Amino acid sequence: MLHALANPARFLRLMAAIRPWAAGVAVLGLGVGLAWGLLYSPPDYQQGETVRIMYIHVPAAWMGMFIYAAMAVASATALIWRHPVAELVAKASAPAGAAFTLICLITGSLWGKPMWGAWWVWDARLTSMLILFFLYLGYIALWEAFDDPARAGRAAAILALVGAINLPIIKFSVDWWNTMHQPASVLTLEGPKIHPDILWPLLITAIGAKGYYVWLLTVRVRAEILKRQARILRFAAATDRRAG
Amino acid sequence: MALAVEQLACIRGERQLFSDLTFRLAPGEALLLHGPNGSGKSSLLRLLTGFLPPAAGRVLWDGVPALEDAEVHRDRLQYLGHQDAVKSQLGTGDNLLFWARLYGLDPVAAVKEVDAALEAAGLQRQRDLPGRYLSAGQKRRLALARLLLKPAALWLLDEPTNALDTAAVAWLGELLAAHRAKGGMIILASHVDVPLKDARRLDLPEGVLT
Amino acid sequence: MSAFLAIVARDLRLGFGAQGAMLTTLLFFVLAVSLFPLGVGPEPQILARIAAGVIWVAALLAAMLSLDRLFQTDQEDGTLDLLAQAPLPLGLVALAKTLAHWLTTGLPLSLIAPLLAILLQMEADAIPVLLAALLLGTPSLSLIGAIGAALTLGAKRGAVLVPLLTLPLVIPVLIFGVGAVEAAAYGLSAGPHLLLLGAFLAGALALSPFAIAAAVRLALE
Repeated sequence: MLHALANPARFLRLMAAIRPWAAGVAVLGLGVGLAWGLLYSPPDYQQGETVRIMYIHVPAAWMGMFIYAAMAVASATALIWRHPVAELVAKASAPAGAAFTLICLITGSLWGKPMWGAWWVWDARLTSMLILFFLYLGYIALWEAFDDPARAGRAAAILALVGAINLPIIKFSVDWWNTMHQPASVLTLEGPKIHPDILWPLLITAIGAKGYYVWLLTVRVRAEILKRQARILRFAAATDRRAG
Repeated sequence: MALAVEQLACIRGERQLFSDLTFRLAPGEALLLHGPNGSGKSSLLRLLTGFLPPAAGRVLWDGVPALEDAEVHRDRLQYLGHQDAVKSQLGTGDNLLFWARLYGLDPVAAVKEVDAALEAAGLQRQRDLPGRYLSAGQKRRLALARLLLKPAALWLLDEPTNALDTAAVAWLGELLAAHRAKGGMIILASHVDVPLKDARRLDLPEGVLT
Repeated sequence: MSAFLAIVARDLRLGFGAQGAMLTTLLFFVLAVSLFPLGVGPEPQILARIAAGVIWVAALLAAMLSLDRLFQTDQEDGTLDLLAQAPLPLGLVALAKTLAHWLTTGLPLSLIAPLLAILLQMEADAIPVLLAALLLGTPSLSLIGAIGAALTLGAKRGAVLVPLLTLPLVIPVLIFGVGAVEAAAYGLSAGPHLLLLGAFLAGALALSPFAIAAAVRLALE
């Protein structure tokens, strides 16, 4: 396994092949989707121009959840098949997921001001995203808490799986809590009624964001692999010096 | 009843400690692990307990892979690590009593076995003394006394002589000899001389057997 | 079974002892709840309105206090290695230790909570529900907390890390627990909330021993 890690040439080649395509999808998707949404889509008849925040808020929320799911799948792969690259994929995903979740929270708060007259409202969806953000932070903190990256990676993988099992329950409990304290939320974006003029830019932006995520993974996983190689070489050099 | 280790390799923290380690151990035999600090003596012992997964190679018990069925394997062995596993708040006798109960002895048998073990270790007078008042050597003797509470074919001992005085080392020698006389096996890591007759010696990290 | 009971009995002795965490945890709980009237003012209506939430949040935080030591003391003195060699699956070893943790934290917290509820002017009808909800909910805190404790074994800043990992995961317990008490205070049925607390506990009981055992095994390597 050490040797597979020390020379995962196949993965590096694969990533090099994917990288330009992912970058292309990211630039095109984010460019077209955001331009369409922010500049050319119709204003909402109730919310006016502020509705355009949605074209950032909603794809960011989708990405925050999507990346946690990806992280859980990568963690399961790492734990079950002991696949070292899967661990690195999970590690590289966390900051990206946390960033998207934070963007979702900030835009949600910006949207809240004109909508509700307050910078923060304990709306069910926003609250769930806030908890998701905490889960990301805990995951990242656990990675940073160990000197031994092998130990950190496996502990973090267990945490990601526990979090993934618990997330639907948290989501359910937060919805429950919300209906106990206030009527249904104002932000109703889901459901079949969404107009295509809104849906298309949202979908294209989301695809672009996924392209960006994949591009980021290829860059960061490559960096992690090179870092591991450097560590192994440094150990080897130290041992050789001691032996020689 | 025999232990066979085949082409075992160990990686800790992305660093290879040893590789291609092969040896066999028959009933009554003992193996002494030698090597500088960080050569993998402790890691080999932890690997044989099943704590540490081997990076390559196999551990066989009577020709059957041993580490796969952890619940069977752990009943075959007794492990003594660097630390004594003595609870400072509990009395010396209660420390042992806990292990006796954990190993499944009924209350009456447990008290009897603990009495015998305390006497063997020369700790009867410290019976009610909390662990925090024991000297380092007494704690080590208490840890060794634990070996008497559970019959196991294989003893894996990591620096058992730590903090022991000459008399206690002699006692350890008797303990080891008695275990081997009953057909037990011993793998022992130590950087000082241990009274262990006709033991073979494994030099780490090269894996040379003499 | 004797091995399971031996671990519970030993951990109880260590927990109730002078150096054990039980008294500190209880004191923290009482103190934390007592700070709220000083913070928000003594108006009975306000206190009654927030009582359930305050008691539950304080219980959550108090349960976190001693969690980081749950496996750490055993790891530091080498006991954990030997517990892993006990004639008992590691998941059950973990369950035994978690049970002892609950008996020394969650149970006493639950039993003293009605007293604090009176101090906070809680509706008399809601107090038995509070006790029931705490008795059903705090075992989940110990179980999920034990996962966090096992994951952070040997980590830097483990004491701070455990609440950071655990608290987001136990939010459902907080919500259903407070929900039960508030429902009772408004004269509604607390049943659904208590059932949800029970379901969460059943799930935690079934799944967390595996997670704890996997995490402890990492620390043994």
